[in-house]
Amino acid sequence: MNDINTTSEVRHTIEGQNGEWEIIIGLEIHAQVTSESKLFSGSSASFGGAPMSHVSLVDAAMPGMLPVINKHCVRQAVKTGLGLKAKINSYSIFDRKNYFYPDLPQGYQISQFKFPIVGEGEVKVSLKDGEDIIVRIERLHLEQDAGKSFHDIDPENSYIDLNRSGVALMEIVTMPDLRSADEAKSFVTKLRTILRYLETCDGNMEEGSLRADINVSVRKPGDNLGTRCEIKNVNSIRFIGMAIEYEARRQVNEIESGREIIQETRLFDVSTGETRSMRSKEEAHDYRYFPDPDLLPLNLEDDFIKEIINELPELPDYKKERLIKSYGLNSYDADILVSDKNYAEYFESVANGRDPKISVNWITGELFSALNKLNLDIHDSPVSSEQLGELIDLISDGTLSGRLAKDVFEIMLETKKNPRVIVEEKNLSQITDESSIEKIVDKIMESNIDKVAEAREKPKLIGWFVGQVMKESQGKANPATVNNLVKKKIGI
Amino acid sequence: MIDLVSSDLVSIRNSLQNKEFTAVELLNEYIDRIAKSSKLNLFNTTNFENAHKAAQESDQKIIRGEARSLEGIPIGVKDLFCTAGIKTTASSKILENFVPAYESTITQKLKDQGMILLGKLSNDEFAMGSSNETSSSGPAVNPWKGDSSDKELVPGGSSGGSSGAVAASLCPLATATDTGGSIRQPAAFTGTVGLKPTYGRCSRWGIVAFASSLDQAGPITKTIADSAMALKYMAGYDEKDSTSADVDIEDYEQAVGQSIKGMTIGVPKEYEELDLEDDIKQNWYDAINWYKSEGVEIVSVDLPHSKYALPAYYIIAPAEASSNLARYDGVKYGTRMTGDSLDDLYKNTRGQGFGAEVKRRILIGTYVLSAGYYDAYYLKAQKVRRLIHSDFVEAFKKVDVIITPTTPTTAFGIGENLSDPLKMYSNDILTVPVNLAGLPAISIPSGLDSQGLPMGIQLITNHFNEGKLFQFGSVVEKSRSSITNQSEWWLE
Repeated sequence: MNDINTTSEVRHTIEGQNGEWEIIIGLEIHAQVTSESKLFSGSSASFGGAPMSHVSLVDAAMPGMLPVINKHCVRQAVKTGLGLKAKINSYSIFDRKNYFYPDLPQGYQISQFKFPIVGEGEVKVSLKDGEDIIVRIERLHLEQDAGKSFHDIDPENSYIDLNRSGVALMEIVTMPDLRSADEAKSFVTKLRTILRYLETCDGNMEEGSLRADINVSVRKPGDNLGTRCEIKNVNSIRFIGMAIEYEARRQVNEIESGREIIQETRLFDVSTGETRSMRSKEEAHDYRYFPDPDLLPLNLEDDFIKEIINELPELPDYKKERLIKSYGLNSYDADILVSDKNYAEYFESVANGRDPKISVNWITGELFSALNKLNLDIHDSPVSSEQLGELIDLISDGTLSGRLAKDVFEIMLETKKNPRVIVEEKNLSQITDESSIEKIVDKIMESNIDKVAEAREKPKLIGWFVGQVMKESQGKANPATVNNLVKKKIGI
Repeated sequence: MIDLVSSDLVSIRNSLQNKEFTAVELLNEYIDRIAKSSKLNLFNTTNFENAHKAAQESDQKIIRGEARSLEGIPIGVKDLFCTAGIKTTASSKILENFVPAYESTITQKLKDQGMILLGKLSNDEFAMGSSNETSSSGPAVNPWKGDSSDKELVPGGSSGGSSGAVAASLCPLATATDTGGSIRQPAAFTGTVGLKPTYGRCSRWGIVAFASSLDQAGPITKTIADSAMALKYMAGYDEKDSTSADVDIEDYEQAVGQSIKGMTIGVPKEYEELDLEDDIKQNWYDAINWYKSEGVEIVSVDLPHSKYALPAYYIIAPAEASSNLARYDGVKYGTRMTGDSLDDLYKNTRGQGFGAEVKRRILIGTYVLSAGYYDAYYLKAQKVRRLIHSDFVEAFKKVDVIITPTTPTTAFGIGENLSDPLKMYSNDILTVPVNLAGLPAISIPSGLDSQGLPMGIQLITNHFNEGKLFQFGSVVEKSRSSITNQSEWWLE
């Protein structure tokens, strides 16, 4: 296992009682395919709905029912593979993974085992310190979700809802290339961004559209890989970080206390922030995978794949590169903008014919903090990109000072009115006419003759005069003109 | 009084359309005869009340000149085909009260042509057996008995209810399924014509699955012309079955009796080494001579891997069955035996719901798919399957049709082979290679053995060439000695 390309470089360690430990992490992400209907049946794949309301005869595994592949889901998997710069396998096979559970009506899950639809790929992840790492993707395959069991409705009985039974999932498996909780969180965030760009998974973790199984092991830097534990079904990015940190610390403590790590499946308990054993390797299921005889091998035509390539949107990495190149943005700003394709779209609309730096500052500054306060998504923003553009235009042509613009922006948030209308209605436009400003400056100086003399000794007092002039003008005087005039009059 | 014994599907259709008798009259005759034939134990469920209404409607349609192709003809359906609103048990205790809300594609197609369902016919439990003794409703009985013998014989299996019902003139057509010989062997044991079409020719949708890659529906009838007519309405692509084939349907009825002069028939020399009863071997040689006198060229062909067919079949079929039958768990439908825990519920339901032979096959199938055994058993069996397929592909480059006996023996006594599964399995030795290769084959009554029991000749041809089976089959039909069952010993 030492041929893993990232093993040589130690990026991150945690402190044990007797030295440093490296954490090795690999993820299996279950991403629900964005699709009207299920992977092998026509029933709705939408979230929610009354229990058992999205269940066909196939989903309930009635005798003699047969699966028929949903072509849209295949298309989505291929699209995702392309977004992960991965190899698309023109030949793949659906297998049955056999195990008994009441919410698995067929007694097997249709999945892909030996021949997945997507092979090796990679994802570039930008870390907080500005460094980029490459996380290798081992494979992506399509599989069915199971139903849901409820054990807490009734003291005697368990209840089962098959609405999710048969919903299409993509299982995306990484190589063990991640080295810290932060790296894992950044990876999942980036993967989610890519899926959302592709519109192949909505990435909604609260609704269970994106879940992670986390493989964690620890080792002394330079050693061979340690025994790993798998933490099942973690459903938030924050919990992924917490689970890894807890599990790595637990493993280090175990080894340093002279115990061995047992390969096992563990659960992350949200209430305690701890992981606990679910089943050991000895108790692991023998899934008896074999090709599903109800389904023919999946053969993808070149034209089908080409068609999907042509439909691909601009992906975050390319978009970032382009924003840096065409708008002269720095990497930090570009990262923020591409983290959601709606941000980037909003930005490009604002920056069209305007100063990109001013545009990005307004978006990531005023706009984001306002949206954050209002708890709104950017596409529900009360200020449209056209309106924000107009506001920036009013700044550029001198109508509004930066301060006035912020006031206008607040009014825009409340009223959704165009900035020009607000400026007119409230008579907020900036005074740029020098002679008008000079009159005010003269007035202030005349009533503060002693301070004028003082200012010649202490130039810091200039700011006081500027402030007085601005106050007198109700903030509308152009601050630069005021500054120049005050200096000139005092004679500095 | 209609003479049901001398009636066949074609003659009944003509009589109904010529208004020689009404559908209601015909139905009443069949119901009477079925009532007098309870000793044979062929029906799991009767559908007389619904059938009456349907017959009245058929008569109306005939009078109005709106008769469909098979208007008013009563049929029997193997209890493996799901029939909406009518119990479908697969002759298993685990489904003893299961009433599907849906109609299998095959029975729907026949209903759409005006056929009337008389009832559901017995079979070996989940189609696992060669004698119809494993049915939860007890053994079905062959209408044939040996000359001067009182021994009750098996009607073959798994479609023993279907073969027995046609042989006893309780219906002119019965649907059946064939996974390893389950149409052809019972046809041979009862002096009826049994057709197993090409894999994919008839939809499997709505048929309780045994081994999905081998199961294929087909008709059991009295004559080849009947078989051709039945297939015409059963065959066809079904988008609900991914393994059904979108291949044109030939004019089967027109193929019956067409000249075969100058065509070729293959005799597999390996089959001469098999342990065949003398009468059966002689009958096979006789049949070859009938073809010779029709101007057909007799060619020796090699099927060297056929000797591995039986072991390969008894790995692949149970493997698929072990997974297909996992859905019968007492959770969603069917019989449920409660228990103190989930495991107990499973164990009690499946332990009491399945019979011994089904359990044996689930155990075999689970074993051969298990980690560590998969390669040695399942994978190897699949390789053998491909080799058997290639043998046939090679042979059909040289010949139009291959001729073999259908079974190594004629019908045996009830209980004789039940305690010896290997002896029971060897019944399938001549039929199983055909299923493994997905080929069409027909069993045609070819005479009586020295005990006065029917024997069958099997004709095999290339994929989707069923027309050739009807074309060649007519020679056996016209050249054999009489096979009329005179005694009708079972009638009450």
